[in-house]
Amino acid sequence: MNQRAGKSIILAILVIAVVIPLVVTNKYYMNILIMSGIWSIVALSLNLILGYTGQVNLAHGAFFGIGAYASALMMLKLNMNFWLALPLAAAIAGFFGFLIGLPALRTRGSYFAIGTLCFNIIVTLIVDRWEGLTEGARGLMGIPGPSAIPLPWGGEIAFKTMAAQYYLVIGFLFLTIFVLRRIMQSLVGRTFRAIRGNEELAEALGIHAMRTKLLSFTVSCFFAGVGGALYASYIGFLSPEITDYHVSFDALIYVMIGGVGTIVGPIIGTLLFVTIPETLHVAAEFRLLLYGLILIVMIIYLPRGIVGWVKDLRGRKTKQEVSWKQ
Amino acid sequence: MEAMMTIQGLTRFFGGLAAVMDLSLEVQSGEILSLIGPNGAGKTTVFNLITGTLLPTRGRVLFQDHEITGSRPHETTVRGIARTFQTTSLFDDETVLDNLIVSHRCRTRMGLWDALLQTGRSREDERRCREKAEEILNFTGLRERASELARNIPQESQKRLAIALALVTEPKLLLLDEPMGGLTEEENIGMMDLIRKVRTRGISILLIEHKMKVVMNISDRIVVLNYGQKIAEGAPQEVGRNAEVIEAYLGAGYAKT
Repeated sequence: MNQRAGKSIILAILVIAVVIPLVVTNKYYMNILIMSGIWSIVALSLNLILGYTGQVNLAHGAFFGIGAYASALMMLKLNMNFWLALPLAAAIAGFFGFLIGLPALRTRGSYFAIGTLCFNIIVTLIVDRWEGLTEGARGLMGIPGPSAIPLPWGGEIAFKTMAAQYYLVIGFLFLTIFVLRRIMQSLVGRTFRAIRGNEELAEALGIHAMRTKLLSFTVSCFFAGVGGALYASYIGFLSPEITDYHVSFDALIYVMIGGVGTIVGPIIGTLLFVTIPETLHVAAEFRLLLYGLILIVMIIYLPRGIVGWVKDLRGRKTKQEVSWKQ
Repeated sequence: MEAMMTIQGLTRFFGGLAAVMDLSLEVQSGEILSLIGPNGAGKTTVFNLITGTLLPTRGRVLFQDHEITGSRPHETTVRGIARTFQTTSLFDDETVLDNLIVSHRCRTRMGLWDALLQTGRSREDERRCREKAEEILNFTGLRERASELARNIPQESQKRLAIALALVTEPKLLLLDEPMGGLTEEENIGMMDLIRKVRTRGISILLIEHKMKVVMNISDRIVVLNYGQKIAEGAPQEVGRNAEVIEAYLGAGYAKT
């Protein structure tokens, strides 16, 4: 029943997502939706290692940034096409995830969190100082958008309008959801959950914990890279801040608020946190303060996020119904 | 009978303290061998050394004529040695059935691409895991609990489930660390039945247990540890009469009863 409920929610979101540009034409709102789409990909990818595999990765901003910079640099310096640059950038982010995972995933719990946080700070420093490559604090400008896709029967799909950009991002969001669902519904996903549940037991049952965590982390970083590449081409400008640990914490908050270990949770969390501050125009300094407060309150009262809370409510309801029948 | 597992001169120091000292023993195929001794005698350490959770300071472990000393825990499981933990260790937030399904993962080969493309192999592997889980569910008598969360089932069922998880990995040797801990007299009998039933599948059993009634009843042979050293070995009756064992572990009261 739960899986069917999940499926119908995702279907509903899909339909709404496809119809939205027909209703919303306001550029300002379209921008918020596109940003929500990009950050949803990042939050979902973080959720794979954080929510499903139970490893608190605080370097997601770095992998997002690596994807963004890799894609932008390949397009700017090598004149590479967006459609080639995006998968390559994602692969580069995934490869960095693999390399960092090799030592970092040997540690557990808070040590892994601290290790990844350190890595994030190093990445931001390198991006900031390696001016020959990244232009440092000046930032990379004029990053091209996706080139038009020619259609076999003439004409082309261009990505000039907001609606087209939106569909591009939503397309990649659905690809991400599709891949994550396939993984989590398979035996591979079961081993991820086993690591989260009890790593020592998983090993005693013949599961190669290191290999499993490394796989989850690599895939997670790959999709962070996808988000980064989309961001680079949509905004057209990158500066070192986009790689820094604030990005990691933002993504962490989206996942935690929405609901760890679910597909819908990170999307809901992202929608809330990208939309509300934008519309309320909360001052940036207060934003982080507020985030911290919300996070503390959530961890104490709703540790499984909004989706977990709704599930609990529904569970209680069905239990009541059962006792009524008895 | 031939030895399924041979331990030779196994030694492990923690700092200056010898937790296990020059231990040699054999587990014959198809036997139930019990490892007993006072708290801190090094029984669980022996398990950890066999499975590779700890590395021995000296000594060797041979399993089916292969040296497995220093193998990682997941490797020894794949080789055919499964274990349970003293503090019942389960995937608490998963259902009983899901606990079992994932435990058969080590006998399957599908990878990421099989999952993404839903290949024939992924369907086949998932079907096999489910079948194995169902089989062991019936074997261990956990059928009624299948859809409950592991954390919510009674303690006795949890102990059964821990053994069930080990069985799903298709072991040839099963290491049980106090499977009767905290069970009632009646439940002890059920658990003994289960352990005997496991043996009929051709699985050898190395058992750590404190309940002497159970140990005397179920074991083919007993090895007694004290301060990490083997002080006696033999059939239950012999060990029960051994003066050194009574002195170190059983207590003078035991000899009279």
